[in-house]
Amino acid sequence: MSHITFSDVEVTYKTGLVALRGATLEIPRGQFVVIVGLSGAGKSTLIRTINNLVVPSRGDVAIDGRSVTKAKGQELRKLRSDIGMIFQTFNLVKRSSVLRNVLAGRLGAVQPLRGVLGLFPKTDVALAHDCLQRVGIPEKAFVRADTLSGGQQQRVGIARALAQEPSVMLADEPVASLDPPTSHAVLRDLKRIAREDGITTIVNLHFIDMAREYADRIIGMRDGLVVFDGTAAEATDAVFEAIYGRPIDEERDLRGRS
Amino acid sequence: MAVPDPATAHATPLKPGFAARLLNWSTWAVIAALFVVSVQQTGFGFDGLAEGAVDFARFFRRLAPDWTALPQIWAPLIETLQIAYLATIFGTLLGLPLIFLASNNTTVNTPVMVVARSILTVLRSIPDLLYAAILAPILAPGPLPGVVALTIFTMAVLAKLTSETVESVDPGPLEALKAVGAGRHRMIMYGVLPQISATLTSYVLYIFEINVRASVVIGLVGAGGIGNLLNRYLSFFDYGGLGALIIVVFFVVLAIDSLSVWARSRLI
Repeated sequence: MSHITFSDVEVTYKTGLVALRGATLEIPRGQFVVIVGLSGAGKSTLIRTINNLVVPSRGDVAIDGRSVTKAKGQELRKLRSDIGMIFQTFNLVKRSSVLRNVLAGRLGAVQPLRGVLGLFPKTDVALAHDCLQRVGIPEKAFVRADTLSGGQQQRVGIARALAQEPSVMLADEPVASLDPPTSHAVLRDLKRIAREDGITTIVNLHFIDMAREYADRIIGMRDGLVVFDGTAAEATDAVFEAIYGRPIDEERDLRGRS
Repeated sequence: MAVPDPATAHATPLKPGFAARLLNWSTWAVIAALFVVSVQQTGFGFDGLAEGAVDFARFFRRLAPDWTALPQIWAPLIETLQIAYLATIFGTLLGLPLIFLASNNTTVNTPVMVVARSILTVLRSIPDLLYAAILAPILAPGPLPGVVALTIFTMAVLAKLTSETVESVDPGPLEALKAVGAGRHRMIMYGVLPQISATLTSYVLYIFEINVRASVVIGLVGAGGIGNLLNRYLSFFDYGGLGALIIVVFFVVLAIDSLSVWARSRLI
């Protein structure tokens, strides 16, 4: 059975912009999916419909058969707590400590009042330290988040998502603000953790070589439509040129080896 | 080679449009007209000011401080500071929820935000001295109406100032917390408060400074504190006591202001 199911998902923003023109996809449990396309193709919109940060104007997104699109209030928050997300700009609370940022990943699971007061159970604190260990920065727990390098901040972002103990991980251009070696290190971490925990992972990328290197499956988007869906081997240069609507550009489309 | 056409090159950017110039002239005309009307109706004149200056010099000589009044001054002075302190604390506690209800990124929904903002606007449009004057007869003259009047002031001003800060916080962490499944209160605690805490503290200190000065004045209308004593000295022509009081208040307010300015400079 498919883990994440998109049924004819369409998104029209208030400005009238149609960002997604009817996406129908099935993503099996544990798959590592990379979505490629130019900026404005609808990649960010597509992954944000999975945790309902963007609400589809038509169609439905379901996880394990339960609709995220129709969920409201507490039920929606419960579903979101099972979906980790990392961002291009990391989205950490810069003035807070690394540990506090990671503990924020428990906010969807912990009792609301305990969460507001910051009274996390000991097991949650232990889990947060454990997540920092897994992304390789256990010694940074008590420093302020904005003192870290970009790569370290993104690892805190991953640790925060891991603290949710999610079954789904979303990553919106997670390496676009990082240099090439750091980009590869972060993606390797992400892939390794996804394998170890069997997390279904959906990553937006625009670098062709990275997409081919890490993806189990590549989905190509152009103008709000899914125009390619296949394995990394099937995603030839010709396919990418069709997705991007132009010849491949070494500068813009390739990130290079680590 | 491209030669710019002189006609089009000069025409556009040099002169402001006719409407802009009209607005400019009419603005100055309105300012001048209001000035003339105000001078005439208030009877403002430099001759009156000059006469007053002579009286002032005479008055000022009599203000030579009578330091035997000091023991009388301490208790109401401390009461004044306590009024300002309590009002700052109560006002901050009551204002905190309003801050977030009045900010478009942390409110419950648009109608709630509009109601919260309207309440703040109404509360702020009434001066604190007027609150004190209305409340003193209702709550019986004394420190209580002073505390209530300045609490209302603190709440309204703090919520207004801080909600602008809240609306300008980095939205990224809020999106991340929303994605985690955190509700509104948890988003405020984890995403907003760490971003605004320094500014919020600075505003609270600044409002405390204002409250100290205001609590001296509101005593004049029966709201407790040193203003009561000030009123008494004035009505009994006790200029020696008045002189001592003014000097003491000046230095205490100066000390609190400097302390607060220093503390605020250490934040952020």
